[in-house]
Amino acid sequence: MKIDRRSFLSFLIGGAAGTALSPLPWKLTDDIAIWTQMWPWVPVPEKGEVTHVTSACTLCPGGCGISVRKVGDRVVKIEGLAGHPINDGGLCTLGLAGAQLLYGPTRVKGPMKKIAGRLVEVSWEDALGEISARLKELRDAGQSHRVACIADTDRGTVPELLLRFLTVYGSPQFFRLPSIQDTYELTLYLMQGVRATAGFDFESADYVLSFGSGLLDGWGAPVNIFQAHSRWSESGGKLVQIEPRQSRTAAKADRWIPVNPGTEGVLALGLAGVIVRESLYNADFVNTQSSGFDSWQRVLLENYDTESAAKITGVDPSTIDKLARDFAGARKPLAVCGRGKGQTPGSLQEVMAVHALNALVGGIGRQGGVWAVPEPDYIDWPEPEMDALAAAGMQQGRIDQAGDKPYAHARYLLNRLPEAVNSNAEPPVQVLFVANANPCFSLPNSKAFIDAVKKIPMVVSFSSYLDETAELADFILPSHSFLEQYEDRPITAGYPRPVVNLTRPAVEPLFNTRHIGDVVIELARSQGKTVSAAFPWDDYQTCLKETLGDMWPVLEEKGYWTDEAFGAAGRPSTFETKSSRFEFTNAEIDALPPFAPIEPQGDKAALPLVLVPYDTMQLWNGYIGDPPFVIKIVPDTVLIKNDVFIEVNPATAGKLGLEEGQTAKLATPLGTATVRVHLFEGIMPGVAALPKGLGHTAHSKFLAGKGVNVNALIGSVEDAATGYDAVWGIMAKLEKA
Amino acid sequence: MGTADDLDRTESKNAAGEVAETASSGNGDKKQDGSGASITLFFIIGFVASLVVGWVVFPELLYSQKEQPVKFNHALHNELVDAGCESCHFFREDGSYAGAPKLAQCIDCHEEVQGGSEAEQYFVTEYVQKGREVPWLIYSKQPPCVYFSHAAHIKKAGMDCVTCHGHIGESEELRPYQYNRISRYSRDIWGHNIAGIKRNSWDRMKMNDCSRCHVQENVSQGSVQTLRGGCFVCHN
Repeated sequence: MKIDRRSFLSFLIGGAAGTALSPLPWKLTDDIAIWTQMWPWVPVPEKGEVTHVTSACTLCPGGCGISVRKVGDRVVKIEGLAGHPINDGGLCTLGLAGAQLLYGPTRVKGPMKKIAGRLVEVSWEDALGEISARLKELRDAGQSHRVACIADTDRGTVPELLLRFLTVYGSPQFFRLPSIQDTYELTLYLMQGVRATAGFDFESADYVLSFGSGLLDGWGAPVNIFQAHSRWSESGGKLVQIEPRQSRTAAKADRWIPVNPGTEGVLALGLAGVIVRESLYNADFVNTQSSGFDSWQRVLLENYDTESAAKITGVDPSTIDKLARDFAGARKPLAVCGRGKGQTPGSLQEVMAVHALNALVGGIGRQGGVWAVPEPDYIDWPEPEMDALAAAGMQQGRIDQAGDKPYAHARYLLNRLPEAVNSNAEPPVQVLFVANANPCFSLPNSKAFIDAVKKIPMVVSFSSYLDETAELADFILPSHSFLEQYEDRPITAGYPRPVVNLTRPAVEPLFNTRHIGDVVIELARSQGKTVSAAFPWDDYQTCLKETLGDMWPVLEEKGYWTDEAFGAAGRPSTFETKSSRFEFTNAEIDALPPFAPIEPQGDKAALPLVLVPYDTMQLWNGYIGDPPFVIKIVPDTVLIKNDVFIEVNPATAGKLGLEEGQTAKLATPLGTATVRVHLFEGIMPGVAALPKGLGHTAHSKFLAGKGVNVNALIGSVEDAATGYDAVWGIMAKLEKA
Repeated sequence: MGTADDLDRTESKNAAGEVAETASSGNGDKKQDGSGASITLFFIIGFVASLVVGWVVFPELLYSQKEQPVKFNHALHNELVDAGCESCHFFREDGSYAGAPKLAQCIDCHEEVQGGSEAEQYFVTEYVQKGREVPWLIYSKQPPCVYFSHAAHIKKAGMDCVTCHGHIGESEELRPYQYNRISRYSRDIWGHNIAGIKRNSWDRMKMNDCSRCHVQENVSQGSVQTLRGGCFVCHN
């Protein structure tokens, strides 16, 4: 019998009939439906026991307490810690995305060494062995002062261990990342005689005058300020934002006062002039608690009448008058400065002017005012014994010349490090340690930092993440992430009370990482003699527990320690100045160079635009780069795919022949970049703005390659009074690409 | 070459220049018995073959089988504990269900080998001493789209374990874990019977099986969490 076409067809039909009457098609359909739910990239929530770990977020200086929710061994969600004095259960988008940093692809999984231009995995013994051998070599040759360290802060056991190591080893080259606290510290020292950080009682203030501070863009302790701002709408508190650009803070303020960029300090003095002239100041404070008022106000009235202030700032004279009267007439007025997130120290005299405004209205050390918050004194280690080599090393002086004329007032001048390194054939720094910082990306004049890091023969990064500085380093000794370790974190972010947070491990360290504290102790031990003797603890955990002493049980239980009594007593009983009063001026202040607004770098004829960088809550320009969740919420008026948009006023764009979305070439004295144009009426004509936090070349594919690093286009500008970086913008040119 | 008959036919056809018709497809031209029968035959062959494939071969191929990592004896352990199933399968303080016990629970007794069985020896050596969690294969695991609350069924409805899980507690060894190669799920969900016919309540646990009971018991279909009814009770 032959199989012909018809037989074959009937075979198929029979097969179809039989198949339909079998479970095969129905079962397959159901199975395929389930299969589509089981694709490996479809996220499935964990099942398991739910636990919460109390800890603290360290991704920005704000110091929020967090509650880390885990399912089994996995961190699943980070939430704000209810009851914490700073954030009381709230948390910002960066904090919420913290788990992505823990498990993400940028983690450095073990020590690495640069061999033939590539980072290669090595063992801890090898890495530490080589580094400690080099350190010994330098010390024995009397070159101990050629070892430097950059850390994010100088407070807390970890930075203090780094500082202790450098000191007993014989090097004065410890650098802290710059911020507005540099100038506020100095202001408090000059005008109040105290060594403290400035804290601002936003919660109780009823009229906040912000000179460019991004109070809703990440300044200070962001969550705390967001919460205070929410309450102002109920309590009748007012926010007046002074800046050339309509930031989120300005948009949500009760009043936005656009000023010519860089002239915020002049406006502060203009307002002070009105207050003094019209005798609107708090007479009780000025007469009984201050000194130097007479000579100060004389200079003020001579130079800062409303007309001249109006001319320089571009603010209407009547606006200046009204603003001053409103500010002085409020019950609890508070003035604050520090552009954007406050990452730049700025002009000392600008900060002193704003601080003087607070003094004029009696806002020093009162509810709703500004406080001098002392450093917690729990770190009370005995002075280390110094040998001859160490003493000699410390005598060599800082390479940034901080503390020496003409930089006598400055403590750390990290902005001067690149020049000191790059301008010498033989770099004055032979070994550089970098902890919790990414200077090759996040500081103005970033290209100079890149050159310096490339030039320094041995750069050791403690970074947990493969950031720009780590990629250039010779060694990476990865520390645990903040969710994997114990650490004490004293908070200085403008919060008006002393707070110390404790981070604790939510998970066992995932990779072959080590606590910075343990590494420093081991390096010190390897140096032997007095260096080793200065580190009597077996490991960091022992050091931490012993150092915290009585604070340890409090921190262990609650996750934070705060001085409840601080602030409750009201005004500090004494100022520690010569006069025991608040000093509007004194001999030291009088000796400062006269105040002048900081000029932007660049030839105004060839570069007609002013480029200002800006900060937002969606883009983070520090040691931590945006995790994937956070880069996702950057609006498409700022970033589309890999293109960053520069904000330009429509009038300016019209003159340049640029349209919305058009690609343009931006040039500053430091470099050029390709950007796209966004027309924005919230920025002054003649001014253009780019966000900080983009233009990464490292981290992960979720962040790298997006946008342009504005820090590479902006140089640093030394404040004449201190040497601190006071840059706020630069001259620029924008033309069709 | 064919038979004489064929040759005659083909020759006569070829002589005329027309294509020869074969015997089996002849319908109308020649009276051929078997052409219709052929069709029917092949229909039946196809029909029967596909039935066999669908009912016998398909289930055979569809499911793969694995043994549980440790030979666990429920009956033995049930005798040794006080509270029956709940001794190891319990509610946590927050109301969530612990499911299959973690190593920590077993270690309470099995820090060292307790009895003489090979299975326990293997368990203690490979898992307890190495601190590894036993990767138990869960027969009753539902797809992630399903939200099932043990608390609602055991505490609120007062159901017992056997209704849904069968008599596993009395078993002396864990039966092999059969799973669907396409969906990766346990065979217990669709049921061992490929037609989906079940005799006991625990034979099958697809959505219809849950619904049947919900309708029968007149369960109020509002979710406590979402306050929504209908689909959102189980698919949140």
